[in-house]
Amino acid sequence: MANTEPLLLKVDRLSMAFSGLLAVDDVSFNAYNKNITAIIGPNGAGKTTVFNCLTGFYRPLSGIMLLYHGEKRFDLQRMKDFRIAQKAKVARTFQNIRLFPNMSVLENLVVAQHNALMRASWFTVGGLMGFRSYKNKEKEVIELAKYWLTRTDLVEYADLPAGNLSYGAQRKLEITRAMCMEPVLLCLDEPAAGLNPAESSDLCELLLFIKENHRVGILLIEHDMSVVMGISDYIVVLDYGKKIAEGPPESIRENPAVIAAYLGEEE
Amino acid sequence: MEYFIQQLINGLTLGAIYGLIAIGYSMVYGIIGMINFAHGEIFMIGAFISLIVVLLLNSFGLSWLPAVLIIVLVMAMVFTSLYGLAIERIAYRPLRKSFRLAPLISAIGMSIFLQNYMQLLQGARVKPLQPMITGGFTLIDDGDYTVVLSFLQIIIIITTTIIVILFSFIIYKTQLGREQRACAQDRVMAELVGINVDTTISVTFIIGAALASVAGFLYLLYYGVVDFFIGFLVGIKAFTAAVLGGIGSLPGALLGGLLIGLIEVFWSAYFSIEYKDVAAFSILVLVLIFRPTGLLGRPEIEKV
Repeated sequence: MANTEPLLLKVDRLSMAFSGLLAVDDVSFNAYNKNITAIIGPNGAGKTTVFNCLTGFYRPLSGIMLLYHGEKRFDLQRMKDFRIAQKAKVARTFQNIRLFPNMSVLENLVVAQHNALMRASWFTVGGLMGFRSYKNKEKEVIELAKYWLTRTDLVEYADLPAGNLSYGAQRKLEITRAMCMEPVLLCLDEPAAGLNPAESSDLCELLLFIKENHRVGILLIEHDMSVVMGISDYIVVLDYGKKIAEGPPESIRENPAVIAAYLGEEE
Repeated sequence: MEYFIQQLINGLTLGAIYGLIAIGYSMVYGIIGMINFAHGEIFMIGAFISLIVVLLLNSFGLSWLPAVLIIVLVMAMVFTSLYGLAIERIAYRPLRKSFRLAPLISAIGMSIFLQNYMQLLQGARVKPLQPMITGGFTLIDDGDYTVVLSFLQIIIIITTTIIVILFSFIIYKTQLGREQRACAQDRVMAELVGINVDTTISVTFIIGAALASVAGFLYLLYYGVVDFFIGFLVGIKAFTAAVLGGIGSLPGALLGGLLIGLIEVFWSAYFSIEYKDVAAFSILVLVLIFRPTGLLGRPEIEKV
């Protein structure tokens, strides 16, 4: 079913090395709009490194990463820092939560909608003078934040500092914030880590909701196989930086190379 | 009692000036974790630019006081901001990814450079300004001591209040301010939500420099003299104020400024005027020993 949607991300022969050690070795895969593409593999397989290349933390050794939206094409490997988020609209979350802990939940969501607000406020000058365009935009921004807060049941915490939320709520808020950027590609780095079963089924529901209702492709790194097998449309398996398998969940479950990588090879 | 009230007024006035400068130290520390030791020189440059603009306006024959005050204030803020921007670009941005001490040393170098630059440009002699605002209210007059609240002191306190309210509004209520706070809390994540961190840091320096230039202008009005070296002592006192209030906290910086102003004035009034600087800097030492986070600062929590 995967390929009825347009191609969103094409990673082609991506390699990344740290002082001579290849952390990602010649990895290619595609991700499609409105699809959940999971990247799995044992610890140290290079999954997060792929994310770090996509979001501009690392400049890859070689390979290309192309992001398509509509007519436009972005060469992610050539883009720098904030532009990847701002122009190419790639959002990500982290293994260890990175919210702005001293800002309120709502402010965390508003600050993520940087572009819209800054332009509407004429870089603050207009906003200070109370221009109507800015006020309207601000209303829209808060509406969007409210929409996602309702969706994730966080609306009652809107005015609390984000750092005071429970662990599970912070995880959800991170995804909420990423969605407030209205991304085309959402990269989630172990969103289910540390969640209890109820919270993690909540998370699956949220991800499925995002996939059904928004034009966004999701890249998912996850160790929790029930999550991965339950919601992903396509799985890419990495081991020691190399891609060892890819395909829909059913085929990955049976794949001998994957089983060997996870459980060790038989004598 | 009358004497006390008079000193209180004087202390608050001086404290307002320190507070304005201290905010600049605190903001820059909050966002890039560095003490901008050239900030005192920014203040000095602000004072010089104010003096130049005042003299220019006078030579054009403009002498209607409110107009002069506003024009000077705006011009000083604009030009001093450009200095702030340039300093960040030249001396700090190239070193941002370097080790922690590098920008600090660069800042000290910048401070020395700016002092000498101003000395070469404007000469080493003290530059006076004729008092522009004279007179005041006599609050209490009991025969042998009169308590005077001068118009100048009123202007200083009102200007400071307005400026502080305006900039607090920017920082706590606008998107620009939210972005600054986001950068202060997690620069990497700020970048990932699409905030241009470099621009945000530049804006912080611009705001800090603008506030320092206001302080420079008020200082010029209050004392009537400037020279290329005023930035050093006033800068370090404002830094003390920022530490006392809790570095990184803006209300703290203002509070610290007021306290340092009061301490300095009361010390001069009741003990000895020669040792007023010693009093101010003893506070710095005591705060660093007993309460390093300052009055309103939050302790840094190390996360594992």
